[in-house]
Amino acid sequence: MADEVLSKIDEKIKNNKVMLYMKGTPDFPQCGFSAHTVEILKAYNVPFATEDVLADPVVRDGIKRYSNWPTIPQVYIDGKFVGGCDIMHELHERGELEPLLKSAFGK
Amino acid sequence: MITPEEIKTTLAATLPVSLVETQDLTGGGDHWQLIVVSPAFEGKGLIEQHRLVNEALKEPLADQRIHALSLKTFSPAQWEKFGS
Repeated sequence: MADEVLSKIDEKIKNNKVMLYMKGTPDFPQCGFSAHTVEILKAYNVPFATEDVLADPVVRDGIKRYSNWPTIPQVYIDGKFVGGCDIMHELHERGELEPLLKSAFGK
Repeated sequence: MITPEEIKTTLAATLPVSLVETQDLTGGGDHWQLIVVSPAFEGKGLIEQHRLVNEALKEPLADQRIHALSLKTFSPAQWEKFGS
């Protein structure tokens, strides 16, 4: 039963080209790392869906199990776990995020 | 809290590292930013690279000697290209 949440997460990640699990919302992020991740995504002018893990402790725990990754935010592009704030920042700086997004939206 | 030397020794115990730079973000010894360069990162994505560092630092992370960890990881080739 507990793993209903994993299927729910899986479905969202597959149904959204870019899916961000974060603390708070894009307009009212509740954590600096989530805020920074939103800023990075906004820079590319692509649509992205978000879910506020603070609104649901089951999702908050579930997303960590789903990716086997201990922290939030978590970004998924084209169904694949890309990383949290550090990795998004790094990919952005290295110029590696744009090709990822282009290939996701090119499909 | 943990010292830079302990971080370096702990990392090197399970991960071949060619460079580790530590920065104490708050002065409290438990919020760290690390630059890690390792040949083990060659051909791996950033997720896998970070997982390797998290795994090597599992104990100090679990017992909260490290409370927050910000990572910049590079293979030697990536370090040549993006480092400094």
